[in-house]
Amino acid sequence: MQQVITLARPVGIFAYAAAGGKEEAAGPLGASLDFTDGSDRFGQKTWELSESELSHQVLALALGRANLSHKEISFLFSGDLQNQCVASSIGHLETEIPFVGIYGACSTCTEGLLLASLTLSACENSPIAAAVTTSHNSAAERQFRTPVEYGGQRPPTAQWTATAGGAFLLKKDAAGAQIVRVMVGVMKDGGISDPFNMGAAMAPAAAASISSYLSLTNTKPDDYDAIVTGDLGDEGSELLKILLKKQNIDLSKNHLDCGTLLYNLKEKDVHAGASGCGCSAAVLAAKFLPALEAGEYRKILFLSTGALMSPSSVLQGKTILGVAPVIELHAPKR
Amino acid sequence: MEKKEYGKLVKRRASRSPALKNCLAAFFVGGGICILGQCLTELWVALGLDLKTAGTVTTIVLVFLAALLTGIGVFDRIARFAGAGTLVPVTGFANAVVSPAIDNKSEGLLLGVGAKIFTVAGPVLLFGTLAGVVWGLIYYIFTLFVR
Repeated sequence: MQQVITLARPVGIFAYAAAGGKEEAAGPLGASLDFTDGSDRFGQKTWELSESELSHQVLALALGRANLSHKEISFLFSGDLQNQCVASSIGHLETEIPFVGIYGACSTCTEGLLLASLTLSACENSPIAAAVTTSHNSAAERQFRTPVEYGGQRPPTAQWTATAGGAFLLKKDAAGAQIVRVMVGVMKDGGISDPFNMGAAMAPAAAASISSYLSLTNTKPDDYDAIVTGDLGDEGSELLKILLKKQNIDLSKNHLDCGTLLYNLKEKDVHAGASGCGCSAAVLAAKFLPALEAGEYRKILFLSTGALMSPSSVLQGKTILGVAPVIELHAPKR
Repeated sequence: MEKKEYGKLVKRRASRSPALKNCLAAFFVGGGICILGQCLTELWVALGLDLKTAGTVTTIVLVFLAALLTGIGVFDRIARFAGAGTLVPVTGFANAVVSPAIDNKSEGLLLGVGAKIFTVAGPVLLFGTLAGVVWGLIYYIFTLFVR
């Protein structure tokens, strides 16, 4: 039975950082990203190591902001899109923080924050957890699609995997945006097998999570200042609204999607928007957490949406499943 | 909503590729590549090569140009605009071989480049050769009866 977990004591995201690559720096949130690299290389020779370095640096920056060292962190929940999450493991090896590598496709950011807040809630003392999520366009293209320099046209429903990352430091009763409730999502199969329409593959899972969350907490969309999905893009966002409208849930007023916020959709060849787990992580850190701290938002639902896609399973005729965990974030108490 | 119904909704809603724009881009870029090829062939002939050799040299030059543009990271940008215009001529084939070669350099010459160089062009090579063999056989059998 699915349930919403109300944390015994809220968990605060007291420090965070966001980073991106060239395309992200040129996007509308470019100025809000804490660091970017115009070469997408982050000083490394291979795309895979570039992502590891991104993961390492974004956490180091968040730690620096809180005047903490790696030694003071008790748990690290870190994930990316590479096989066996090697961007995370290689990137954080030398930190010696107790490590949980997580994989939730593009739902990883929320998954990490959810697992981190539940772990902290289970502790009698008040340790610090870190949640880090990255994705890298070139590393992901190589692994899931075609070689980086391969020339071809993509359909308008295709999305652009973001070279981006976000790191978050969490502690019970800490300052910053507060995680108060969380819900693990149910996987949904929308019957979509087109890897160039991930928005459509994820929309049913997002719709199911939002609808369950609202009904389990007995709330309405209007009770939140924003309901933020991870990377549905243009296409998936519209499908989400249609799916929820059929259940009499109106999301037209306060739905936002990180995938449509990271790039200028009209200018770039990004088609339906950004994707990749780093997208929602960077947008959360660059836009929503600062907005919560500034009091522009009081309450938001944040659900990174994952399309659980494997190139082999798609070729074997399997559909792409979606999943969307939820966290409810409140503005810090004043 | 049922899966079938959802599938229909997704299909109905999905924005379509701009077919006319893509066709025009493919026509003009592809045509441009062909004109360039023809000019090169004329040039080689004027320089004294016979027509057959001139054609081969032109192919080599076009493959080289496509490989060079792939290597400096420009080809994919042109192809994004041109679509079939760069894909159908020999330039597309060159890109399909060079791009995985560049991509897999990081895994080493043997197991990276060597193992992965034909990941994109492989199906064309295999089934293109196979189709050639099949048509050759058909042609051979045909010539046994029709002279």
